[in-house]
Amino acid sequence: MSHSTTGKTLNLKLRVWRQKDNASRGEFRDYALVGISTEMSFLEMLDILNEQLLQQGEEPVNFDHDCREGICGTCSLMINGQAHGPDNGTTTCQLHMRRFHDGQMITIEPWRAKAFPVIRDLVVDRSAFDRIIQAGGYVSVRTGQAPEANSVPISKNDQESALDAAVCIGCGACVASCKNASAMLFVAAKVSHLAQLPQGAPERAARVLGMVGQMDSEEFGNCTNTSECEAACPAGVSVTHIARLNREYAKALYGSPLGLKGELLTSSGTGGD
Amino acid sequence: MSSDSSTLLNSRVPGGPIEQKWDSFKRDQKLVAPNSRRKYEVIVVGTGLAGAAAAASLAEMGYKVKVFCFQDSPRRAHSIAAQGGINAAKNYHNDGDSVWRLFVDTVKGGDFRAREANVYRLAQLSENIIDQCVAQGVPFAREYGGTLANRTFGGTQVSRTFYARGQTGQQLLIGAYQALMRQVAGGNATLYARREMLDLVTVDGVARGIVCRNLTTGKIESHAAHAVLLCTGGYGNVFYLSTNAKGCNVTAAWRAHKRGALFGNPCYTQIHPTCIPVTGDHQSKLTLMSESLRNDGRVWVPKQANDPRTPSQIPEGERDYYLERRYPAYGNMVPRDVASRAAKERCDAGYGVGSSKLSVYLDFSRAIKEQGEAAIRGKYGNLFHMYQKITDENPYQSPMRIYPAVHYTMGGLWVDYHLESTIPGMFVLGEANFSDHGANRLGASALMQGLADGYFIAPYTVSNHLASRKLPEVTDAHPRFREVAEEARMRLQRLLSIDGKRSVDSYHRELGQIMWNYCGMSRNAAGLNTAIGKITSLREDFWRNVNVPGVGENLNQSLELGGRVADFLEFGELMCRDALAREESAGGHFREEHQTADNEAKRDDEKFAHVAAWEYLGEGTQEKRHVEPLTFEFCPLQVRNYK
Repeated sequence: MSHSTTGKTLNLKLRVWRQKDNASRGEFRDYALVGISTEMSFLEMLDILNEQLLQQGEEPVNFDHDCREGICGTCSLMINGQAHGPDNGTTTCQLHMRRFHDGQMITIEPWRAKAFPVIRDLVVDRSAFDRIIQAGGYVSVRTGQAPEANSVPISKNDQESALDAAVCIGCGACVASCKNASAMLFVAAKVSHLAQLPQGAPERAARVLGMVGQMDSEEFGNCTNTSECEAACPAGVSVTHIARLNREYAKALYGSPLGLKGELLTSSGTGGD
Repeated sequence: MSSDSSTLLNSRVPGGPIEQKWDSFKRDQKLVAPNSRRKYEVIVVGTGLAGAAAAASLAEMGYKVKVFCFQDSPRRAHSIAAQGGINAAKNYHNDGDSVWRLFVDTVKGGDFRAREANVYRLAQLSENIIDQCVAQGVPFAREYGGTLANRTFGGTQVSRTFYARGQTGQQLLIGAYQALMRQVAGGNATLYARREMLDLVTVDGVARGIVCRNLTTGKIESHAAHAVLLCTGGYGNVFYLSTNAKGCNVTAAWRAHKRGALFGNPCYTQIHPTCIPVTGDHQSKLTLMSESLRNDGRVWVPKQANDPRTPSQIPEGERDYYLERRYPAYGNMVPRDVASRAAKERCDAGYGVGSSKLSVYLDFSRAIKEQGEAAIRGKYGNLFHMYQKITDENPYQSPMRIYPAVHYTMGGLWVDYHLESTIPGMFVLGEANFSDHGANRLGASALMQGLADGYFIAPYTVSNHLASRKLPEVTDAHPRFREVAEEARMRLQRLLSIDGKRSVDSYHRELGQIMWNYCGMSRNAAGLNTAIGKITSLREDFWRNVNVPGVGENLNQSLELGGRVADFLEFGELMCRDALAREESAGGHFREEHQTADNEAKRDDEKFAHVAAWEYLGEGTQEKRHVEPLTFEFCPLQVRNYK
């Protein structure tokens, strides 16, 4: 197959995880691709693979993707062992083939975490994240109840710092890259976003206890402060938000009647390994 | 073709002065008492700004809401990708803004093809939206004193756009998503993710539910309700290449259309002027560079055609800042349709830049010199980063190259003032309806409309429907659900059994090319007729020769795409027919036969100051064109002029 393109082309070997469904055993399969333009995105390279598989009578590789501009958080993939591949601050859909070299072997796997079961091939179930948000990741304000927007001034620094956390795209790279499959960075991003704004203040104790409780019951692993999550995060969410989460959690435990039901954060936060 | 001023199209706009219409609707509407609301089920399809906001608000009121999305989480709907901002008539800049001015700008921006009453209501509600979002914890940009910041968007002379860096849509959607998750936790909303609506079920002519496919298990599911809200976005992906997410599709709207909902103004599509140009035929989507960049970026091409020099080698005097030259009053901030056509005009005339010659420069050098690189990074950092990721060029050092791309669709299912379609009980919100943007949408107005529809209009109008219509008990055991589900199953089976030679994607690309060539930035009668012929034969070939592998009983992304492309192949033809019938130029619809001496769009208010709404009459029969006349009582018709 020929592709009219500008720039260089690559020949690649792919080793791709194939799994029929959650109940079946998966396996790696090897494929060869010829003439891949360096201008292509990684997912466009997979589109070419799928077109080729179809012509050969093999079912295409299923993978999650949607916006293809790095914001929806749908795409995933462990690429040569790294969540979203080798570039910092980049989702798989924004990774381009110019990052690879001719003849390279590329291994492609789904997110690996107990809390993210494989649905098929490279597609996993991340609904645990929605359940964590349901456990408190919101401000309880009814539609129509809001006061005039400028009635509560918020310092530019607080707003910017809250936004630094709120930019989380919920892709799950933090979990996939963590040796313990911990969701601490995801939970921290939401807790930190809302804890830094006056609107989030009334529910901050219940929020952090609820979300951490849900995170634990979804069987995400513990945080051991390795910071691999920050390195893998395509949205640039910093582990300092985990520090804020721990502080919020401690304050909630000791300062709130809800806290008596909880355990020390070390059970979910800093124990183990 | 015949066009009727139809009794099917009763806009139900309340009488009285425009400032009082929405209040007068609310005064007269029927209510459902709080303890009765739990007896009503409402289906919301789609979880973008309109869907998530409506689902959260209706569930909060006490209705039992079932909410569906094809994505794995409602937070991923494509509203998330909106970059630049959301308009509201707060007048925080003390620069003369008002509800009235936002109304006039939007009607004028839409080239006088929107319904006045709807637009006025949108402008009124814009202020409540900002209040609501701030209360939810949306971290909008602020001034050092702690108050909210604004910027300017195209087609206006005030600063009324609220933003959160270059990811405003993401922050607004997360706000609505969180409100929805709160309702899921509380038990009033039930979430059905990875579901695709395949059809609408009507009983005695009233919308009573949907049939959908569970994309994980392949199971066909039926869901009954007392009202159905379609919040399923636009149809820009009919062009294959667009700034839409790959999953965006017309299926839910098209299926509802075939069940009796009239489709309004399908030919109105927005081609956004500032997108990253196409690099090759592997390209799977196009990426927008926010309109907000035109606040600081200047658009230019070389004065000399086919100039081989790099941008830095071209001295100031040899650059043609063509928007500033042609439109001195608005300069680089002209509306999108005007800016797109101007870029096309320069490239067609041989002044385009880059290897394809199909792009123009968007240059930040003056802004960087005046404000410093840090200030520009602060405003647009994530956009510059994205540009560099995709093109491997550094926009801080050399100008961006941009070209127009399909971005938004103003057309959609026809709705009345209640946002109700021609099928009673089926409401259409957000981009999926046709109502507020006329023939061209102004920047930062899509987010405003989605949230106004979802938070502040549907809760009232859906309640009115539930309270005022007799809705007999219907469950998914009703025979209509079995019939519709069976039809959906047969259709999937047919796709799987063709076993032809060509991939679904190859048909989609070919359709997109036809649409772009003949029904894109400019259109003419001969081209549109050619397109209709080409689409008809492509569609026939699809049903003979497409290859949809695998089975229906598990996750099968080829099958999902197959169904969507099959619908685009039908819808594309209707778009061309609508473009052919509208023998004028208005906003995003530019008919080459209808232009002024200086190549501006020429409207024909005498013949076309109306909404065209198409009625499906069965397979193989041409659709019937109905007309809703538009009157401009409050914002008088005038020639749009940005000079």
